[in-house]
Amino acid sequence: MRTIRTTEITEQIKEMCIEANYFLAPDMKQAIEDAASAEETKIGRHILGKLCENMKIAGDDGIPVCQDTGMAVIFMDIGQDVHFEGGDLESAINEGVRRGYREGYLRKSVVGDPLIRENTKDNTPAVIHYQIVPGDRVKITVAPKGFGSENMSRVFMLKPADGMEGVKQAVLAAVKEAGPNACPPMVVGVGIGGTFEKCAILAKKALTRPVQEFSELPYIREMEQELLEKINQTGIGPGGLGGNATALAVHIDTYPTHIAGLPVAVNICCHVNRHAMRVV
Amino acid sequence: MEKYIQAPLDEETIKDLRAGDFVYITGTIYTARDAAHKRMSEALVAGGALPIELRNNIIYYMGPSPAREGRAIGSAGPTTSGRMDRYTPALLDIGLKGMIGKGKRSGEVKEAMVRNGCVYFAAIGGAGALLSKAIKKSEVIAYEDLGTEAVRRLEVKDFPVIVVMDADGNDLYERAAE
Ligand code: SF4
Repeated sequence: MRTIRTTEITEQIKEMCIEANYFLAPDMKQAIEDAASAEETKIGRHILGKLCENMKIAGDDGIPVCQDTGMAVIFMDIGQDVHFEGGDLESAINEGVRRGYREGYLRKSVVGDPLIRENTKDNTPAVIHYQIVPGDRVKITVAPKGFGSENMSRVFMLKPADGMEGVKQAVLAAVKEAGPNACPPMVVGVGIGGTFEKCAILAKKALTRPVQEFSELPYIREMEQELLEKINQTGIGPGGLGGNATALAVHIDTYPTHIAGLPVAVNICCHVNRHAMRVV
Repeated sequence: MEKYIQAPLDEETIKDLRAGDFVYITGTIYTARDAAHKRMSEALVAGGALPIELRNNIIYYMGPSPAREGRAIGSAGPTTSGRMDRYTPALLDIGLKGMIGKGKRSGEVKEAMVRNGCVYFAAIGGAGALLSKAIKKSEVIAYEDLGTEAVRRLEVKDFPVIVVMDADGNDLYERAAE
């Protein structure tokens, strides 16, 4: 049994909210730079060049990469031999978000009730996904999610007979519909299988995988590569203004499902695909 | 083509703008996004006054991150314009001439743009740090309680945008996805 104080979690989450919003992870940065050098259209090169400049200004000047600093999505993979002390965990996580968004000059973009729509003014609450895993560590992933791209995400309850072809069509349909609204070049997270909610969580978590790290399953890896190619042939391009770089990566995760179903979730993320990860 | 223009807009300037032009805006523009549009629309329906004069002006769909001490504004890139579509035709019909945002517009907005001779610009989505450099002054002028969604008056210098839809209804997004 290992004891972790919840104040430690607060502190880590505070720092991670700020870090994720000021610096894209090295894999994302690299992917955008690679896309800039591979882009064939003039307008596409122009936009990608500006995105590189934008990342530099954000880091140098201490200003968020994008003004939509997102709703804080947090994955907590908690070792089953961990014992928390010093107050309840959920409050500690939200306190970290509150401090991070205040001290980091991040935008407060959360409304307390989806219909009454009053801003909570501190960006809480976060959306938290807990998982109990073996061991005595806690892996924290903070992934602030912007809603330009979130709004273009979709869940499809396909039929088993739709098969792989059906999945590919669903992903392409979602990407085409997203177009310029999702601030391309995008990262596309796909969850296949499970249930209605499980596939959506898979898709969300797939976005936190390092860009261009492919699936371990050979047939899924092939699908990731094929979809990326097809997406980049749509012509949508950077900013939706035309070009090759419509997506930087397609990440697919799968889970067993029911004999009667084939759930597919497509979680679209923009080029500001933020994720900070730490192990406590 | 690269063009340098002044805001507020005039007819001559708008006529000269073509979908695909790279444009640099200098002058005064206003911000408003979802919640401010809802309030303005309610004010119009109730026959009340709007907090800003729309005639010949440009609205930037943007809600900034907070400014650090000594800076005009925080990160300040565009939000998705389509969410404002429901409110937009009424604003275009009473004189709004330009919009800056990102993403597709509805058929109704396009019609209202052509009918009134208006222009829709895109700023680069997700480039809020870069775009903040072109904003020299920012002041909340209405709906302060809305926080980031308040209406702001911005003084901009060579603010970089691209014409997506011109007053003749040409649409750069449609061309891109062909
Ligand atoms: S979709 Fe992403 S890049 Fe675009 S405004 Fe939202 S958070 Fe920023």
